[in-house]
Amino acid sequence: MSKSVTDDRTETAFQDFKHAYSPEQAVVEANRCLFCSDAPCMQACPTHIDVPQFIRKIATGNLRGSARTIFEANILGMSCARVCPVETLCVGACVCNTLGVPPIQIGKLQRHATDRAFEAGTRFFEAGPPSGKSVGLVGGGPASLAAAHELRRHGHACTIYEKRSVLGGLNTTGIAPYKMRADRSALEADWVLAIGGIEVRTGVEVGAAPTLAELERAHDAVFVGVGLGPDTALRVPGEDLGGVHGAVAFIERLKLGRVALAGVRRALVVGGGNTALDGVRELLGLGVPEVTLVYRGKEAKMPGYRHEWSAAKQEGARALFQHLPVAFEGAGKVERARLVRMDDQKKPIAGTEHTVEADLVLVAIGQSTLGGLLGALAGIRIADGCVAIDADGFTGRKGWYAGGDCANGGKEVVNAAAEGKAAALAIHRYLTGGAHA
Amino acid sequence: MPDLTTNCAGITSPNPFWLASAPPANSGEQVQRAFDAGWGGAVWKTLGQPIQNVSSRFGGLHYQGTRAIGFNNIELITDRPLEVNFREIYETKKKFPKHAVVVSLMVETREEWKEIIQRAVDTGADGLELNFGCPHGMCERGMGSAVGQEPKVNERITSWAVEFSTIPVLVKLTPNVSDIVPHGLAAKRGGAHGVSLINTIKSIIAVDIDRFVPEPRVGNLSTNGGYCGPAVKPIALHMVAALARTPEFGLPISGIGGISNWRDAVEFMLLGSSSVQVCTEVMLRGYRVVEDMLEGLEEYMRTHGFAKLSDLVGKAVPAYSEWGDLDLNYETVARIDAQKCIGCQLCVVACQDGAHQCIHADPHGTAVGPAGARVPRVDDAECVGCNLCQIVCPVPGCIQMAEVDNGFAAATWNQHVGEGAKIRPKKGVH
Ligand SMILES: Cc1cc2nc3c(=O)[nH]c(=O)nc-3n(C[C@H](O)[C@H](O)[C@H](O)COP(=O)(O)OP(=O)(O)OC[C@H]3O[C@@H](n4cnc5c(N)ncnc54)[C@H](O)[C@@H]3O)c2cc1C
Ligand SMILES: Cc1cc2nc3c(=O)[nH]c(=O)nc-3n(C[C@H](O)[C@H](O)[C@H](O)COP(=O)(O)O)c2cc1C
Ligand code: SF4
Ligand code: SF4
Repeated sequence: MSKSVTDDRTETAFQDFKHAYSPEQAVVEANRCLFCSDAPCMQACPTHIDVPQFIRKIATGNLRGSARTIFEANILGMSCARVCPVETLCVGACVCNTLGVPPIQIGKLQRHATDRAFEAGTRFFEAGPPSGKSVGLVGGGPASLAAAHELRRHGHACTIYEKRSVLGGLNTTGIAPYKMRADRSALEADWVLAIGGIEVRTGVEVGAAPTLAELERAHDAVFVGVGLGPDTALRVPGEDLGGVHGAVAFIERLKLGRVALAGVRRALVVGGGNTALDGVRELLGLGVPEVTLVYRGKEAKMPGYRHEWSAAKQEGARALFQHLPVAFEGAGKVERARLVRMDDQKKPIAGTEHTVEADLVLVAIGQSTLGGLLGALAGIRIADGCVAIDADGFTGRKGWYAGGDCANGGKEVVNAAAEGKAAALAIHRYLTGGAHA
Repeated sequence: MPDLTTNCAGITSPNPFWLASAPPANSGEQVQRAFDAGWGGAVWKTLGQPIQNVSSRFGGLHYQGTRAIGFNNIELITDRPLEVNFREIYETKKKFPKHAVVVSLMVETREEWKEIIQRAVDTGADGLELNFGCPHGMCERGMGSAVGQEPKVNERITSWAVEFSTIPVLVKLTPNVSDIVPHGLAAKRGGAHGVSLINTIKSIIAVDIDRFVPEPRVGNLSTNGGYCGPAVKPIALHMVAALARTPEFGLPISGIGGISNWRDAVEFMLLGSSSVQVCTEVMLRGYRVVEDMLEGLEEYMRTHGFAKLSDLVGKAVPAYSEWGDLDLNYETVARIDAQKCIGCQLCVVACQDGAHQCIHADPHGTAVGPAGARVPRVDDAECVGCNLCQIVCPVPGCIQMAEVDNGFAAATWNQHVGEGAKIRPKKGVH
């Protein structure tokens, strides 16, 4: 069992943004599905869940089979149902969009089927007969969990090394609480582990102890799923003042414990990606009266999802586009941000510096990469801080595989799940004398 | 894990789901793909003297946005050369020894039956199905339903087939008769090992109201076709059950007609089918529908404690009775769950216009629920318990038919006229 999260968490103030379906709603929605062949929704899903098939099973009342179809493709299907940006994946690909009628709410239907399986405690998969081989998995996030589960189905012993005290990676520590709260992700990790034969070592940072060499000796193969590193800093004066936080670090605190927001009146969130948009919506949801997104480019060019930004605006978000902080000022605690206006080439415009009041700042301009961890191992190539892999997750060094954010540079939970599973299947082939042997 | 192993008239298969004799079972390539997808058996597209088909050949009945709740066709038997079909049947059986491969046949003379049966048996097939059912094209030539509608002819041809065959013989019955039982008994007298039913129902699916031609349209003409798909299920269920409850019948039944999902299949089995066949749902959505059928059936068996198919086959047959043996004193009234009611008042209009005027809009009532004052009221003293409101109500479980203890002992019409058993006063009669 993974160590579960405490009940005393700021994030518990949030309700689900997308509500769960009642059985009636689920059946009505399921019956709208056209049961496409070679369905675009299925293609759009990185784990290629057979969407029409699982939806048909909801329509016929075969909920157990529906969940089986989902988990067969993606063992993290319960959390993916909540956290996936379905608007840009399966739902965005639904042919109903082309027909001009509302697309099928695939995420909600998936939640309906998988939640029932969790409630009923249904288990679908058993560990394969012991192969005598062992695999070490570095990091306990979605990539490693998906990989470990698949490896267990083939009978390989698994050990997960996780530096934090909880499993689930950013799925536990990073997801906006109105999509999913940390306890749900921890529950999912336990559900995955229940296949048996996965040893979990939390509080262990690979690289320090054990070293990579020790890890290589201890296992027949290694999967690296360390994700991304800490928040990138702006590197401007005053960034060390109280009240200026890296967004991912701040979100982790509000998800796993408490953040103090009493008295905060004006918050700035710097960045234009999804972490920034999450930060804005989280602060608004926690009652901060004025939350302003500060992005150096234009609104239309923001990398964050459209649907997230429109939701943030509806919830009252403000924005300063084509602005960049050049300094934070205040006596011990931040009181002001000094901003400069940016031109269309994202270059500061001279003479446009001015200050705005701010008593809380989240810096959400990206996360650092952890590929460097493996840089010392011969045969492994690091590109732009990411571990270079082929389609099988193979790094080029015998027995070493990787997947998830540390290899793809930071995508979604579902990509990590897909890559972890693909790597596990490749590791299985390797351990049984096939590819890369 | 429940055991789905199937034995229908001595024809065995890993599960009870067979493709019906129709386009999805037209060729070896198709049937083999179907077996890979999970189908337990297939009845090959009917073989006989290859014919020429028309275009168009299919029609659909669309209802309130749902496509093809009923389906019809005017195609005939196979249009492929016999030797090609036989070779593919042989190859399919070789590749899938455990699956049921049944050859459907339709020819005219005794000599033709003898020859084609010999060739069919030589393929290694598991059984034969005599197509006495096709209601269009073939019957005009004295085959298909022309045979199925004449018990004497049915019996005679069946007896030839049984004489010539070394493998089990199923007779596929036509529903285009007023009472199925004599036809099932004729097949039995002919020596059939089992029957399959229903074939398609004589129909005109629609009329092109601008061209003044029925559908499917072949140039400027059309003809009557065979009706199938979800809409025919009730007819098929009745015919299956009518045979299953006839004591002197007693043959295994392969149930067909409107089966779209595992629930439909379970219903056919409860009424006496030991295997089920599917055509339309596969034509519309592909072999992949079997995945849910298999899982759904397994889950149903697990939750009901059925270990093997014979535990459920026929389980609802004893409960299919005569009207005269129903308990006239059994009384129910409609109960609306105000917490579930959405206030559409479809029950009100249905009861007022289509039943017994006992559900009323109740703007000043005491019901408490999300629909507030739109929750209707049932007048218990007037409600006859007909069920109409429950059928129209769009909310599952919102209207329940509650049993009423009226103090009367059970009494049937037969007991009433025979022994003067006391029956309760009529309700809703003014
Ligand atoms: C704020 C935020 C919100 C997000 N929201 C969504 C969303 O709504 N939907 C979505 O699909 N995706 C979202 N994502 C992205 C998603 O969380 C990631 O893509 C996914 O979690 C990546 O999984 P992973 O297993 O590759 O890495 P991670 O989830 O990062 O897990 C890596 C794990 O490795 C551990 N680790 C790192 N180094 C070591 C080491 N040396 N030794 C041992 N353990 C180590 C870490 O502690 C961590 O637990 C979000 C990301 C962020 C930052
Ligand atoms: C296009 C089409 C062709 C058919 N051809 C045959 C046939 O060759 N032989 C036969 O016995 N039944 C034939 N049938 C009838 C089916 O086998 C089946 O009995 C009927 O369609 C009812 O089942 P369903 O509701 O699942 O479609 C055909 C049905 C259709 C729709
Ligand atoms: S389904 Fe295929 S064969 Fe039939 S009319 Fe359409 S395109 Fe032609
Ligand atoms: S039909 Fe059902 S939901 Fe509609 S008013 Fe009647 S009881 Fe309520």
